Amino acid sequence: MENLLEIKNLHVSVEGKEILKGIDLEVKKGEIHAIMGPNGSGKSTLALVLAGDPRFEVTKGSIIFNGKNLLEMKPEDRAREGIFLSFQYPVEIPGVSMVNFMRAAVNEHRRYREEEPIPASDFLKLMRDKREMLGIDSQLVNRSVNEGFSGGEKKKNEIFQMAMLNPKLAILDETDSGLDIDALRIVASGVNKLHTNENAVIVITHYQRLLDYIKPDVVHVLYDGRIIKTAGPELALELEEKGYENLINTAKE
Amino acid sequence: MIEQQYIDLFETYRKEIDRNSASGLNKERDAAFEAFKKLGFPTSKLEDYKQSDISRAFDAELGLNLRNIPIPVNPYNAFKCDVPNLNTHVFFLINDRYYDKTQTNPPLPEGVFAGSLQTFSEKYPGVFNTYYNRIAASDNGVTAYNTMFAQDGFVVYVPENTVVEKPLQLINILRGGVDLNVNRRILLIAEKNARVKLLVCDHTVDDVHFVVTQVIEITAEENAQIDFYELEENSVKATRISSLYCNQQEQSKVTAAGITLHNGYTRNDYRFRLLGEYAETHVGGLVISDKRQHTDNFAFLDHAVPHCTSNELFKYVLQEKSTGVFCGRILVEKGARKSEAYQSNRNLCASNDAHMYAKPQLEIYADDVKCSHGLTTGQLDEDALFYLQSRGIPEEEARMLLMVAFTKDVVDMVRIDILRERLEYLIDKRFRGELLRCGNCNVCK
Repeated sequence: MENLLEIKNLHVSVEGKEILKGIDLEVKKGEIHAIMGPNGSGKSTLALVLAGDPRFEVTKGSIIFNGKNLLEMKPEDRAREGIFLSFQYPVEIPGVSMVNFMRAAVNEHRRYREEEPIPASDFLKLMRDKREMLGIDSQLVNRSVNEGFSGGEKKKNEIFQMAMLNPKLAILDETDSGLDIDALRIVASGVNKLHTNENAVIVITHYQRLLDYIKPDVVHVLYDGRIIKTAGPELALELEEKGYENLINTAKE
Repeated sequence: MIEQQYIDLFETYRKEIDRNSASGLNKERDAAFEAFKKLGFPTSKLEDYKQSDISRAFDAELGLNLRNIPIPVNPYNAFKCDVPNLNTHVFFLINDRYYDKTQTNPPLPEGVFAGSLQTFSEKYPGVFNTYYNRIAASDNGVTAYNTMFAQDGFVVYVPENTVVEKPLQLINILRGGVDLNVNRRILLIAEKNARVKLLVCDHTVDDVHFVVTQVIEITAEENAQIDFYELEENSVKATRISSLYCNQQEQSKVTAAGITLHNGYTRNDYRFRLLGEYAETHVGGLVISDKRQHTDNFAFLDHAVPHCTSNELFKYVLQEKSTGVFCGRILVEKGARKSEAYQSNRNLCASNDAHMYAKPQLEIYADDVKCSHGLTTGQLDEDALFYLQSRGIPEEEARMLLMVAFTKDVVDMVRIDILRERLEYLIDKRFRGELLRCGNCNVCK
């Protein structure tokens, strides 16, 4: 099967400091990949670079998404091509209501596909359906974007947005951090409901915990800007048991 | 000396001025004239006018319509206000004169007067003399100037225990064939337990220079509630010097908000005196400017007695080469314990050539008070911008959304639902550059 995402020899710097030092990664439709690794290894950088965060500079390498050169695209075009990043730290935007935000986003996606804006009643129904599917409180969508949300609410809101935009590739950056077990279940079951043979998910996490709920096909370990090991789901269990230290030491040798 | 031509003008035309006004207004002129001769126009040498030299606006050849030569205009035909169909009582001032052919409005509650200042001074001399020029400061040069030349204006008088449910709307129209100086007066009185809401819209119809002085005197007697909103949509050639003076008695509540959507050179003073315990003031200002527009808001909150609350929120969005000025002074007088005074000033500089001058001033002479002020000036939040873009919203649109969002809490201060919605619409249009340069008049169309 054709690759949905193809990263080759990706080098990324921020403020002159190299953070990613040659990443190769291939993701096919229908797959779930987990990227694990200790703090500061470059996991979030990889996620943000895929979404097009302008703070990062790609110094070498290529990213092909769905046959197109991702690096030439603005963040909004990447989103409309089907990339979705669930942020580790979702931004609070006082004064922008969730309803207006989502309406704008959905309509921009439609415009990109040369479709008419969504009729108001269809939009409200879509909001309600996705909310109910994910078991999300109606209060959340009546407020300003993430304003005053708890950590758990923010992460649920990310998954809600993912459901609304129906991406081809969802990148979940530490979606499990700061979640209690109930919120974790809601978030994970949401991701599972949205996952099909037609899309792919990259789960970035420190811990095995989330992977109990979202079963990966492939597990990568990222350390010091490089993927030092790739294996099946059993790798996550092994790491949970033994930690990263052994692997890191082997990689250094 | 710039003042001399106005001093000469006043002396030469004093009889004409009086003849075309009313005795109630005329008898205030002498003292004002003496004060003006002493004070002159405020210049940037005065601390409170550091960024706004008022005298410079008067350094020009300006006509004054002292003989009240009728200005041919039918506001109903010539003009459509940007805030239509508010289901309000609508009144007009053409330059500084009350437009007396106002079409029938729904009847006002008994005893309420809304109309010409001249007429009011004759019909209600007692009330007029109690309030006219009693609240305005006697030590401000531009206020004195206004009192010298003001010949008419607009009054709302709401007697004791009377509630005016429907908002009143005053539309100020600036119209003229030559550069003009206009001196406008507004008097708003709510007696004990009275309630009223007034919206004032400023528009320019003709493409000449206007220098407008405006003195607004507001009195909220015991337990009265007043909402006062102003929307400025003047042309870039207009200079507006507005001074709002408000005295508040016990348990009164006043909400005042000024929205500057389009202007040339603007100075707004908001001077509140909390004179009765448990009085409450909410004052807001929103400025959206571009080109070389200049907007200076000066707010002075005087807590004279205990247990009063004041809340200030001023926000600016400055684009292109525009300038914003804010000075917020809070005075808590000796003995005014349990005062609560909060001030917030937030500014967005959307271009490198925009300038913001902000100065909070707190003078507190009482114990046991809660006062705070916060001031920030910056650019749009890049993280928020990226977040919106990452959901597929193009950068330009995302910037627009964030700028509109930035204005929201000032707009939320407006307690007339339909006006608030209209403002949201106008602000959105303003940021998209779809608002016509001077509002929505037929001349521009």
